[in-house]
Amino acid sequence: MPDTVTLEVQRYRPEEETGPAWQRYEVPFRPEWMVLDALNYIKDHLDGTLSYRWACRMGVCGSCGMLVNGEPVLTCATYLEELPHGSIRVEPLRGFPVIRDLIFDLTDFLNKLKRVSPWLVRKKEQPVADGEYRQTPDQLAEYKQYSMCINCMLCYSACPIYELEPEFIGPAAIALAQRYNHDSRDEGVQARMDVLSQHDGIWACTFVGECSAVCPTNVDPAAAIQRYKLSATLDWVKSTVLPWGKR
Amino acid sequence: MNPDYRPYHPKWHRTPIPIFWWVRKRAYLKFTARELTSLFVAYSAVLLMVHVRAAGGSEEAYERFISWLQSPLVVALHVVVFIALLCHTVTWLNLAPKAMVIRLGGRRLPDAAIVLGHYAAWLSVSGLLAWVLVGT
Ligand code: SF4
Repeated sequence: MPDTVTLEVQRYRPEEETGPAWQRYEVPFRPEWMVLDALNYIKDHLDGTLSYRWACRMGVCGSCGMLVNGEPVLTCATYLEELPHGSIRVEPLRGFPVIRDLIFDLTDFLNKLKRVSPWLVRKKEQPVADGEYRQTPDQLAEYKQYSMCINCMLCYSACPIYELEPEFIGPAAIALAQRYNHDSRDEGVQARMDVLSQHDGIWACTFVGECSAVCPTNVDPAAAIQRYKLSATLDWVKSTVLPWGKR
Repeated sequence: MNPDYRPYHPKWHRTPIPIFWWVRKRAYLKFTARELTSLFVAYSAVLLMVHVRAAGGSEEAYERFISWLQSPLVVALHVVVFIALLCHTVTWLNLAPKAMVIRLGGRRLPDAAIVLGHYAAWLSVSGLLAWVLVGT
């Protein structure tokens, strides 16, 4: 087993350089260490100027997503030991503007997320005195998978369409729209469909499928989008082709 | 990256997407290859229309069309087209459960059942067409 491992980290210091540059760091190799532990070692012992995001260290907060050897991963869930020996390349997630070192800007996603109303939409709220909106385990199972999204942005980074057509609303936002569409308490399906049936919504997806391959919580955004396409098509058939289906 | 932000954050670094992005990953290459098989699907649709048109024309024109179909180069091309069509169809049918969630008696139908259903439908339609064409 090697004693040390080399991390090649992409740096970008906008006040000093016009573009990103690589910096190598030699860190101790410990089999129990994740890539994030190695970055923390650099920050604490070698170079305090290295900037990156992290919080929970247990795959819940979704903030430590980076490209490791070109693959979008959560660095808190990627063992150094699992990676091929030699140097490990760490870059910010692809597809987003880089603010500094490994930190990228998320504003575009947050604006898109808002467009799909990711909350329970009710035409009329029932009075508090009537108690909570109850749900059976089966009704919960309908959307639970989509609710596991931790907004880590790995799926956007794996999606070439998002890179090629930045207006694409993208995998996680669409999966989160489905999270509410399939919730028995929600009544916002039509409003979301109006947004997502536009050219920058579900139809921009060409089903590369890599969003689902990299998703750390098995949300399967690719399936969420294809399911959406099918319901949009059925809606269209009902309202346009079938004479009695006119809205 | 949303170009709208550019004027406000000139210092944010944006990596341009390379022209050869589709060779960056095996999965992207596979995806691109599958997308290209659509060209063969389009070609075979056009070929079918030309075939129908030829069948409606003079006997001599039809003979000419058939002998073109039988020339070795065209046969070789059509073998390639057929393989591409098969790949396109099989990958399409295998992905069907991603888009379909079917419930029977409160239970979600397993993916394999949806795929098998699609294959059964495909074979039945093909069989029916073959029966009509060969039978007449
Ligand atoms: S869908 Fe998966 S990969 Fe995408 S942001 Fe949510 S958790 Fe991350």
